[in-house]
Amino acid sequence: MLARTIEEAGIPTVIVTMMPALAEKFRLARIVGVEFPFGHAFGLPNDRAMQLEVARLAVRALSEAKEPGYRLDADIEWPIDTVTAYKDWQPAEASPIVKYNLERRARLEAAEGR
Amino acid sequence: MPVDSFKFLPRSFRAGFESVGFQAEAPVWSPLATPIGQATVALLTSAGLYLKASQPPFDVEREKREPLWGDSTYRIIPRDVQQDDIAAEHLHLNTRDFLIDFNVALPIAAFSRLEAEGAIGRLADEHYAFMGFQARGAKEWRTRYGPEVVQRLKDAEVEAVVLAPA
Repeated sequence: MLARTIEEAGIPTVIVTMMPALAEKFRLARIVGVEFPFGHAFGLPNDRAMQLEVARLAVRALSEAKEPGYRLDADIEWPIDTVTAYKDWQPAEASPIVKYNLERRARLEAAEGR
Repeated sequence: MPVDSFKFLPRSFRAGFESVGFQAEAPVWSPLATPIGQATVALLTSAGLYLKASQPPFDVEREKREPLWGDSTYRIIPRDVQQDDIAAEHLHLNTRDFLIDFNVALPIAAFSRLEAEGAIGRLADEHYAFMGFQARGAKEWRTRYGPEVVQRLKDAEVEAVVLAPA
């Protein structure tokens, strides 16, 4: 969303994202995909080599993209097993919108007599 | 191998995402006017980072009361920020790693290195932190805070922006 606003205003952007499929739906100019848990677009904490590797891909996207829809996927495997990483990125407590949706569903189900 | 956008999401999410027909009508595009090796680059994250000594936190208390609302303001993070200066508020993520090393979301260290190598022209003095959860449509981002940041970027003669959604 912000990427579109900035790009439309004349400043080129590259988005480094765990959800390149979503960035494609927004039809962003330059997309770098990373298969990393949320909150970690540039990699592991204190892993300067991994962070630099991703940053280099962002620079490469800026330098070589010639038209919108450019996508470059990082070939970097997250070094922590998926089950642990999946749990680890999430907040300790469910977010307000998640709680709201769960409560709303429970109310609807109660109203339907389920 | 193409990146799997759903690897770290609940299984039901993929089907929901794929069933939504949304697609932006037109792509956006601005060509790079300056070769990247000479361009000034700024960074933008939506990890909810802020400077704990001088900036207010993102308003997660209101979000707790109004779950469909998200704080749409932003914080300016200077390039010389130190890890101890950083705090984070984001109810949709575990913020622990931002407090260990904010560079996972705002990679100032990596881009400083790229500046020293000459791979980019210059790393800007100011970078931007938003909090990613927004009310549907993100109107305030589109009409108020996005344009405000654009003006700041132009005033700082920034020629490319690297965005890292959290």
